[in-house]
Amino acid sequence: MVIGKSLPKIDSYAKVTGAARYADDLKLPRMAFGRILRSPHPHALITRLDTSRARALPGVLDVITGQDLSHTYGIMPTTQDETPFAIDKVRYVGEPVAAVCAVDEETADEALELIDVEYQPLPAIFSIEEALAREDLKIHEETKRGNIMKEVHLDFGDVEEGFEEADLVREDTFFFEGTTHAPMEEHACVADCGADGKITLWTSTQTPHYVHREVAKVLQMPLSHLRVIVPPVGGGFGGKCEPFAHDFAACLFAKRHGRPIKFGLSREEVFYCHRGRHPVKMILKTGVKQDGTITAVHLQTFLDGGAYASYGLATVYYTGALLTVTYKIPRYKFDGMRLYTNKPACGPKRGHGSTQPRYAFECQLDKIAEQLGLDPAAYRQQIAIDPYSTTVNGLRVTSCGLVECVDKVVAASDWKARRHRLPAGRGLGIAISSYVTGAGKAIYWNDMPHSGVIVKIDRGGGVAVLCGSSDIGQGSDTMLATIVAEELGVELSDIRVYTGDTDLTPVDMGSYSSRVTFMAGNAARQAALKLRAWLLEAASELLSVPADRLTAADRAIFCVDDPEKRVSFVEAAQKAEATHGTLSSVGSYTPPKLGGNFKGSGVGISPAYSYTACVAEVQVDPETYDIKVEKLWVAHDCGRALNPTLVEGQIEGSAYMGFGEAVLEEQVFRKGLHKIPSLLEYKLPTIYDTPEIVALHVETNDLEGPYGAKEAGEGPLNPIIPAIANAVYDAIGARVDSTPITPDKIMRALKEQQRQKASSPRPQPQVPMPV
Amino acid sequence: MAKQLMTFHVNGETMQVAASPTKTLLEVLREELDLTGTKHGCELGHCGACTVLVNGAPILSCLALAVECQDEEITTIEGLAHENHLHPLQQAFAERGAAQCGYCTPGFLMSGAALLEQNTNPTREEIKAALAGNLCRCTGYTKIIEAVELAAARMRETPEVISNV
Repeated sequence: MVIGKSLPKIDSYAKVTGAARYADDLKLPRMAFGRILRSPHPHALITRLDTSRARALPGVLDVITGQDLSHTYGIMPTTQDETPFAIDKVRYVGEPVAAVCAVDEETADEALELIDVEYQPLPAIFSIEEALAREDLKIHEETKRGNIMKEVHLDFGDVEEGFEEADLVREDTFFFEGTTHAPMEEHACVADCGADGKITLWTSTQTPHYVHREVAKVLQMPLSHLRVIVPPVGGGFGGKCEPFAHDFAACLFAKRHGRPIKFGLSREEVFYCHRGRHPVKMILKTGVKQDGTITAVHLQTFLDGGAYASYGLATVYYTGALLTVTYKIPRYKFDGMRLYTNKPACGPKRGHGSTQPRYAFECQLDKIAEQLGLDPAAYRQQIAIDPYSTTVNGLRVTSCGLVECVDKVVAASDWKARRHRLPAGRGLGIAISSYVTGAGKAIYWNDMPHSGVIVKIDRGGGVAVLCGSSDIGQGSDTMLATIVAEELGVELSDIRVYTGDTDLTPVDMGSYSSRVTFMAGNAARQAALKLRAWLLEAASELLSVPADRLTAADRAIFCVDDPEKRVSFVEAAQKAEATHGTLSSVGSYTPPKLGGNFKGSGVGISPAYSYTACVAEVQVDPETYDIKVEKLWVAHDCGRALNPTLVEGQIEGSAYMGFGEAVLEEQVFRKGLHKIPSLLEYKLPTIYDTPEIVALHVETNDLEGPYGAKEAGEGPLNPIIPAIANAVYDAIGARVDSTPITPDKIMRALKEQQRQKASSPRPQPQVPMPV
Repeated sequence: MAKQLMTFHVNGETMQVAASPTKTLLEVLREELDLTGTKHGCELGHCGACTVLVNGAPILSCLALAVECQDEEITTIEGLAHENHLHPLQQAFAERGAAQCGYCTPGFLMSGAALLEQNTNPTREEIKAALAGNLCRCTGYTKIIEAVELAAARMRETPEVISNV
C-alpha cells in the first residue's frame, strides 16, 4: 500500500541534484533572446512609438509592438480587456509596450534603449476611493459606469428581518492590503517553430490548457498547431495562471524567424506581472442572538483590481461566496464591486478572494464573542455548519471536520489552560476557515471533463501516466503516481508521469483552486481501475482463481486467501495485452452539477470543502509594539492525507504565506511607482521571521474524493491572518482591522482606544459610495 | 565587451570558456558551462538561490565576477553528490519533503553543506543563521530545518561520509 505513506516525491532526486530543468534552464541551438520595454507611466497615451533605431542595431532580429498582436484576450471569457502589448494607451507602470528579439540579452537590452516612445501622461487612479470618485476619468472606455469593472448584488433571505431579530448587531470596517506571490522562479518561456510551422512553447505556468487557448487565439492559429509544454515550475501560488506578454511575443518571434527564442523575466518584472491579492475594503454587519447564534450577515466588498480584469470577475464573487460554508448563517446579503486602478492587475493568489473576508469575519466574530462573554474557540464550534448540509447561497457542504480541527488546535496549544493566563504582552488567538476543493466550474463553461488521465502499461512492466496537470511543487505528479501505483500494485519507481503537454496529455484545467488531487486524482483512479480489472482477470485465468479473490500489491497479483498463488505484474500484463490488445485506459472527472440558479452561482461551488483551524501565539513588545509570532498550530481537514509529509508541506507553506501577509507583506505604490519591487524590500519572511508551525491532520474521508482526499494547498492560509490579529488583541488589547498588522498600527489603535474609540483602518478619503 | 578566455575549476573539473569580463559567475556557470542547477531568483543578491561554494565557503554567484573566480575551487549543486552517492543533505531533503518546487533547493543545499562541513552538530539557531540568506516561498522552512538536522545526525553517526565540500 502506498496511499498514506510519506514517500519521497518522484521528482525529489531531480530537484536535490539540480537536474530538474525549469523554463530558463532550457537551451536550444541558435536560441535568440527577448526583452520587454515597459511603461514608466501609470496612465498615459502613447503619442509616438518608433522602433526603427532599435531594428537597425546589429544583432537585433525583430521588434514588435501592440499592433503586431492586436487581438484582445483575457483569462475570463467575458472580460477580455487586454492585448499582449499596450495599444495607444498604457494603464500601469510596468505594462508591456514593445518587445525585442536579439542574438543575446545584452543586445536586446541595448535595443530597448533605442525604441523611441513618447507619452502624454494622464491623471492616474491609485485607490478604491479615487476610482469611485473619478467617474469622469475612465481607465477602460468599455466600463458602463466610471471605473467599476464589476458589481455584484446577491440576497439570500431578508437580512433586515434578521437584524431586527438579533440581540446584538455589529458593523465593522476592515481593509486587507494587496500582496503578491513572489515565487522563487521568475516567469520564463522558450518558443520554437518547427519547419512545419507548428510552434512549441515551454512556459512556467500553472494552467497550460488556458495558456494554450489564449495564445492560439491571439496568434490566430489552430490549437492543434501550438504545443504548450510545462517544465518543472518554481512556484506559482496563482501568479502563473494566465498567459503573459512574453508568451505571446516568444511565439510570434519564433514563427517569424524560425529559431527558438527565450524570455526570462527579471524579479522586478515579476512584480509588474503581479495578478496577486486584491486590496479589499470590507464593511461587515452581523446580527447575533444572546447565545451567539447568527441571525443575518451583510457583507460589502470593494476590490482594488488594478489595470486589467485577470480573474477579477471570479474574485469579486469569491469575496462573498465562501463566507457561508463555515457557520450556520440563515440570511445573507452580499454586495461586491471591483474597480479598475492604474496599478499592475490583481488576480488569484492562494485563497483567491476568500482570504480577505475570512480575515474580517473571524476578527469580527472575536469581537462578538468578547461582547457576549463566549470563549472564541467553543463559540466557533457551537455555530459551526453541519456536515452534509447546504448553505443559504446554495453551496453543498459534504464532509466537514471543522469541530475536530478546533478541538485539535485547542488541545495542542493548551488554549484552555493558558488563555488569559499568559504574561503581559503575550496572547493567543484563534480563527477558522474553509476552502474549495476545486472550482465547480471551469473558467470557460462547458460540459466536458475538468481532468483526463491516460494510463498505459507496457509488457516490460513499465507504467506511464499522462495528464495535462502542472506540478508547481505541491507534488501533483507524485499524487498521480501514488494513486496508479496503489491500484496496479506496483512501486512508485515503476511509474513515469508525463504532465503538462498539450500534444500528449489529456486536458486538465491546471493547478488553481486546489483541484488537482481531487479531480486529476479521481480521473487517474478511474483509469487505473480499468487496467486493474484486466490485470486481475488475466491473473484469474492464469491462476484459476476467481478475480474477486485476487489483489494487486508488491508488483504481483495474488490470491488473498493463499498469497502463494501469484503471478508477477509483468506476467499478468502480458496476458492482459494478449487478450485485450495494447494496454491503455482513460479516466476523466467532471464535477457534479452544483449550486443555485442565480447569476454568480457558478463561483463558490465545489465538489468538497476543506476546513482549517489555527491558534496563533504572539508576543507584542509593550514599548516598540514589535510583533513576534512565536507559534502557529494549524489543524487541517484534507479529507485523507494520501502522503502525510506532502500535506504537512502544504499546511506549513500556507501558514508561512498567511503569516507573511498578516504582519509583513504589502504590494504598495507611491506616485504610481511600485514602492518595493525587490525581494529585499518586499518583506517576504526569511527563516528568521517564520514562526514555529505545528501541522495537525484531520481526516474526514470525503465520499467523493479519491480515497477520501480533499485539498491542502490553499485552505490552511486563510485562518492564519485573523488568528494572528486576534492574538495581538489578546496580547496587548489593540484591535487592528487592517493588514499587515504593524507596530505603528498597534500604537495608533491603542491611542484611539485610550480615547474610548474602536479602532478603524487607516483613514480613507470620504467619498459617497454609489447607490 | 570583447570575450576573454577564462579557466575555471568547477566540481573537480577544469574548463575553459570564452566570456565577457562583465559576466557574473552565475551567468558563466549557467550559460557557458551549462551548469543550470544553480538558479537566479533576483540577480541582486537578495534571495540566495544562486549560492555556490568557492573554496568551501558559500557566496552569491550573482554578485561575483566570473573573471575573478578563475583560480578558485568552485562547487555547485551538480558537484555535491559524490560518485552517485547523494550528500546526506540531499538525501534528507528528498526524504523529508524539504524540496517542494525545488527552485530554492540548490542554494539551500550549498549553504547547508558548508555549515555541516564546519559543524555537524549545529543548534537550530546556528542552522537558521547559516540559511538566513536563502529565501523559500513554498515550505515555510520547517522541513528544511528538519532535513538539515537529520543530515547532521547521520553525518555524526557515520563520519566517514565523503564530502565534496
